[in-house]
Amino acid sequence: MIAQLTRAEREFALLVLTLLASCGLVMAAGANDDLFALHGGLVLAFAVGLGFLVLSGLHTPEPGDSRLAEYYDDPSRAGIVLTMGWAVFGLAVGDWVAWMLAYPGLTFDAAWASFGRIRPMHTTGVIFGFGGNALIATSFHVVQRTCRTRLAGQFSPWFVLLGYNLFCLLAVSGYPLGVTQSKEYAEPEWYVDLWLCVVWVTYLVLYIRTLARRREPHIYVANWYYLAFIIVVAMLHIVNNIAMPVAWNHSRAYSAFAGVQDAMTQWWYGHNAVAFFLTAGFLGMMYYYLPVRAGRPIFSYRMSIISFWGITFLYMWAGSHHLHYTALPHWVQTLGMTFSLILLVPSWGSAANALLTLNGAWDRVRDDATLRFMMVAALFYGLTTFEGSFMAIRAVNSLSHYTDWTVGHVHAGALGWVALISFGALYSLTPALWGRARMHSSWAVEAHFWLALAGTLIYVFSMWNSGVIQGLMWRTYDAGGTLAYSFIDTVVAMHPYYVARAIGGALFLVGAAIGAWNVWMTIRGPLAATQRAGDDRPLTVLAGE
Amino acid sequence: MSGGERDPITGHMTTGHEWNGIRELNTPVPRAVWFFLITAFLFSLFWWVLMPAWPLGHTYTKGLLGIDQRQVVKDDLRRATENAPPWRSEVAGREYADIQNDPVLMQQVRRHGAVLFGDNCAGCHGQGGTGGPGFPALAAGAWLWGGAPEVLAETLRVGINSDHPDTRVSQMPAFGRDQLLGRADILAVIAHVRSLSGTGSGSSAGSELFAANCAACHGEDAKGMVETGAPNLTDATWIYGGNEQVLFTTLFYGRQGHMPRWDQRLSDLDRKVLALYVADLAAGAREGGGHADH
Repeated sequence: MIAQLTRAEREFALLVLTLLASCGLVMAAGANDDLFALHGGLVLAFAVGLGFLVLSGLHTPEPGDSRLAEYYDDPSRAGIVLTMGWAVFGLAVGDWVAWMLAYPGLTFDAAWASFGRIRPMHTTGVIFGFGGNALIATSFHVVQRTCRTRLAGQFSPWFVLLGYNLFCLLAVSGYPLGVTQSKEYAEPEWYVDLWLCVVWVTYLVLYIRTLARRREPHIYVANWYYLAFIIVVAMLHIVNNIAMPVAWNHSRAYSAFAGVQDAMTQWWYGHNAVAFFLTAGFLGMMYYYLPVRAGRPIFSYRMSIISFWGITFLYMWAGSHHLHYTALPHWVQTLGMTFSLILLVPSWGSAANALLTLNGAWDRVRDDATLRFMMVAALFYGLTTFEGSFMAIRAVNSLSHYTDWTVGHVHAGALGWVALISFGALYSLTPALWGRARMHSSWAVEAHFWLALAGTLIYVFSMWNSGVIQGLMWRTYDAGGTLAYSFIDTVVAMHPYYVARAIGGALFLVGAAIGAWNVWMTIRGPLAATQRAGDDRPLTVLAGE
Repeated sequence: MSGGERDPITGHMTTGHEWNGIRELNTPVPRAVWFFLITAFLFSLFWWVLMPAWPLGHTYTKGLLGIDQRQVVKDDLRRATENAPPWRSEVAGREYADIQNDPVLMQQVRRHGAVLFGDNCAGCHGQGGTGGPGFPALAAGAWLWGGAPEVLAETLRVGINSDHPDTRVSQMPAFGRDQLLGRADILAVIAHVRSLSGTGSGSSAGSELFAANCAACHGEDAKGMVETGAPNLTDATWIYGGNEQVLFTTLFYGRQGHMPRWDQRLSDLDRKVLALYVADLAAGAREGGGHADH
């Protein structure tokens, strides 16, 4: 890791880490509340730990210029390990929460273990920890291959990856202690948000600089999606998190928005986080690893264009469908619903483009569990986007809203689409990056596939059942004009589905744990007899950086 | 897009670009995609004309159908009031005893009351009114303020130790903390109180201390007083618990239970239904032969 950095880069890294450590020290020493001090200590420990790592390698020989003739994959390698670690953590916490919903006593009467604090640990762990690291690791890999150029710089990729993980760490460690601004999927407080802002803008600059030095005349589709993901997430993050801290040394802040404007801003953020974090980024992943693994050309370049611009333009309007039948004016709901409906067409365009790419390679889908991960992911993408557009219709939403149907819908997307495409991509990428012939155990990949598929189906089917039953029970009147059920009746009715959901989640978790083991064993395994293809390097040697 | 070659499997041309081995076909966008895209857009156009849709500065396009969700809710509520089922006006208009003697009407009360109770009361008093530590068991019929439906309705209206001006007020003093009684005296009172419900034996000292300190609220016979909301101490029903440890806590630190006022949360009719339902719940438990009422 350090050996690849030049002397100047090592010194710059030390400078940045010193600044970060100083920030941590000032936070810890000058804090107005314990939580802020604790997070200051965490920042300090993180920076000092990395500082020792850099110092230990400060005087090792500098790398030769021959490195510039190669792609820079160290950050991607570290990113893969982090991805699998976060996957196991986030899914384990998720399954804990699932059992807690079936058996509420699992909070052990401890405030930190209450549902409201554990759940964001799960959502942040899987979305930002698992998903985010997978996106960063694969985006670095994909942008270099499709641009036939080396990443722009060696320091900034590490800053992005490790800085991003510091953000995840600060977020997840804060929730059980009660540090939250209570915005769903944007829970971290102002100082954590500011840090992510710095990291994310660095990511954007790095990505654009790398694209700018590409040796291909055209920018490949995967990069359109990755770039859209980076740009829009920056925009969403900054706007939704505008807030005024109580004091510079206090962990609390007040949002700039209130009332229905707050709700609208939050769901403009929330829905576009689904669109550009959980969809666009992973479509970028799919557009690279699926055709490479299948050995087939993309079905239609023209469909890619329609789908990309359709998704980019239409998603921005759809957020208000999260606020049907609320204080939000009716006209905003109408716009949200209609744009959500049109959105189905480009979404299915992307799913169809992926599945039709597999024409001529279906024998490989049958034989290769890695490719099957990606094929099933595309199917779930199609299923979830259909369901999403359907649920955005106001009348349907009046049944589905606030029920477990929403939870099932999200997990059809998060497990079936996001996680499966990530696992497929990582199983392609891991042997390639470490120069291994294949994954350590192809049997384990196969087992992971079936566990993941079974877990997803059990999860989604139990939530469909639970959600529809719940929605119907809430609105059932008897002949005397009386609601037929009290709320607690609906909770009791959902119990068996909650147990089933937790079992499905456990299967998915076991699959991911097997995957993490398999990735680790592949990394530790022997080098392939034949080394990677000779053309897996930049087209021209850069004259220093 | 020159320089493409024909893909042998699909028969389509590639675009001629290649990114590290990835190629793309130049397949035309299938007609179905255009069809559904245009259809979805036309539907949206149609919907925008009919419904409130586009902002225009300070106002918005109202839509030809003139529908607005606020008006829809208002109309729904008005219709619900106008078409209210007859049992509602009957319950509203008739006397409690009269309703209790009408089995058909009581069926509606039980059905509606069960949902009201489940959504508003069961959280503290338990499903079926079984109570829990700190929350009276309503089905036991051990009333603090009286169990007649009129009285229950009043309790529901004003609450206990609530912020309603007419609230029922009841407080068990903190005999220990406020140094009204010493530790030995408290233990003597506890032994006496426990002996009243046939658990252990009390002393004459305990009995005298009870008469001097407790009887004013709980009554000379310790059977409780609805005027003060003090519980009957001679039965087997306890709010906080009847063992020595809990009783010591109760006497030492005192108690001041709270029941919310419901006059701002539930309509007159709903409170009347709930009062009838709770009275019926206790009567039902009694007839069910659970345990003898003291």
